Amino acid sequence: MDILNALVAFANFVLIPATAYGAQLALGALGVTLIYGVLRFSNFAHGETMSFGAMVVVLVTALFQSWGISLGPLPTALLALPFGIAVTALLLLTTDRVVYKFYRKVKAAPVMLVIVSTGVMFVMNGVVRMVVGTEDRRFADGARFLVNARDFKAWSGLDEGLAIKTTQVITVVVALITVAALFWFLNKTRTGKSMRAFSDNEDLALLSGINPERVVTITWLLVAALATIAGALYGLDKSFKPFIYQQLLLPVFAAAIVGGIGNPLGAIAGGFVIAFSEVTLTYAFKKVITYLSPDSWSPDGLVQLLSTDYKFAVSFAILIIVLLFKPTGLFKGQSI
Amino acid sequence: MTFLHASEMRGGYGSGADILHGCTLTVQKGEIAVIVGPNGAGKSTAMKAVFGMLNLREGHVHLGGEDITQLSPQERVYKGMGFVPQTHNIFPTMTVRENLEMGAFIRNDDIEETIEQVYELFPAVKDKRNQNAGELSGGQRQQVAVGRALMTQPKLLMLDEPTAGVSPIVMDELFDRIIEVARTGISILMVEQNARQALEIADKGYVLVQGANAYTDTGAALLANPEVRRTFLGG
Repeated sequence: MDILNALVAFANFVLIPATAYGAQLALGALGVTLIYGVLRFSNFAHGETMSFGAMVVVLVTALFQSWGISLGPLPTALLALPFGIAVTALLLLTTDRVVYKFYRKVKAAPVMLVIVSTGVMFVMNGVVRMVVGTEDRRFADGARFLVNARDFKAWSGLDEGLAIKTTQVITVVVALITVAALFWFLNKTRTGKSMRAFSDNEDLALLSGINPERVVTITWLLVAALATIAGALYGLDKSFKPFIYQQLLLPVFAAAIVGGIGNPLGAIAGGFVIAFSEVTLTYAFKKVITYLSPDSWSPDGLVQLLSTDYKFAVSFAILIIVLLFKPTGLFKGQSI
Repeated sequence: MTFLHASEMRGGYGSGADILHGCTLTVQKGEIAVIVGPNGAGKSTAMKAVFGMLNLREGHVHLGGEDITQLSPQERVYKGMGFVPQTHNIFPTMTVRENLEMGAFIRNDDIEETIEQVYELFPAVKDKRNQNAGELSGGQRQQVAVGRALMTQPKLLMLDEPTAGVSPIVMDELFDRIIEVARTGISILMVEQNARQALEIADKGYVLVQGANAYTDTGAALLANPEVRRTFLGG
């Protein structure tokens, strides 16, 4: 029995990665939920928006690196984030003016907008591939680890090492700041409140003199920021690979719906629920169990419930279970 | 001088059939006018026509002497009209106070004084100011809805069946509050299902039948009119 080693192994392979992944999903789901709340459709192009934002961050980071600009131990990508957000905002506002505005004017059914957003998804996907290609890129620089496994072992005297990547800490810190800023904006500012009012009751918002086009513009700006940050953090933590973001669309949507679509708090909760289930169910628990049980009990197999290939199935299983028992999600969102 | 003068209104929703067939409504300053009538008489439609929510094929709407027939509902809010829809008249996931703030969205001046006035008029609204409006009881919601409409400091307040679905006690209280609002000089135009109680507080009553004026008189006179009593008030 070795509880401490078991705990460290669990933290190292489940707790910390899942927290970082959960924060990334939560930021992605917040974007999805904002669009659903204000523009009233499921934006299938959101994964590609994250990809596009991350791509701009990758390019600007490369530019900064070539100029010799760096942030020391922190990744240069943090400096590039604002530029990524600005370019993505430009892309989203242009898309809105060229594509979505027309469908708003003719009061198209939400399902039609979903199909339209799928078209936008393929266009964005093509743009990203044309600009940077499809290969894998690592753009994280600076210190790789905040806590190094070898140093941790030496310091604690445990067999099991704990490693915390800088990008994981940065993910959580940046996500916290972003979420705090978003909630401050939505709950304390007049413009943020008018967005919530518009999402709550569109007709009454119009009667109250709230300008719908302004609300839509601000929503796209927020979505650009959230998507770029989520995409860049995911890319920093893993690597930037354009087609990964299309797959990421699934857990992001699952997070938004599980939490209660249209509800920002729900998006955050949903992000962590999905991330923790995915990581827990696909982690091989052999090591943790070996530490916890007497020597002879050590399991023969890996004690991995699901192969990592099936991790997307986890999102869907949770999605179905939640929708069966609580159609509006864990937090009260809109029913779809 | 007549504050609201909607004359000979004819029209319906979109390009559909006419619902109003020459309906005329007038309200004086600080007066309570009530529209009653059988189901499907076009009561709510008449009020929506006054507020610009349907296209009039004939007739005019004048507010304070100005012709506003061509204005959109939003523009009419700027001209001093406040409208409380029958349903979906609050922002359910926002706090009561935020509902009031959103009501005053078009104002750029200090709204604290108006909020205090609403709190004074509806003490229940003040008590629940930090609670989400969607969590309140039916009667309290209506108070929030009326309070929200008062935030623009309207000169004409229009209420579409404000007592629908609330208990008789709450209804009496709501009517008392509406009288108080009228005493501050705000004109009130109200559609009511509870015809008898509404006519009791009305300075002027309109009985609509099939989109046209059937009887127009003071509230008391309509209540006393044997014909109106027999046909519309159940004896």
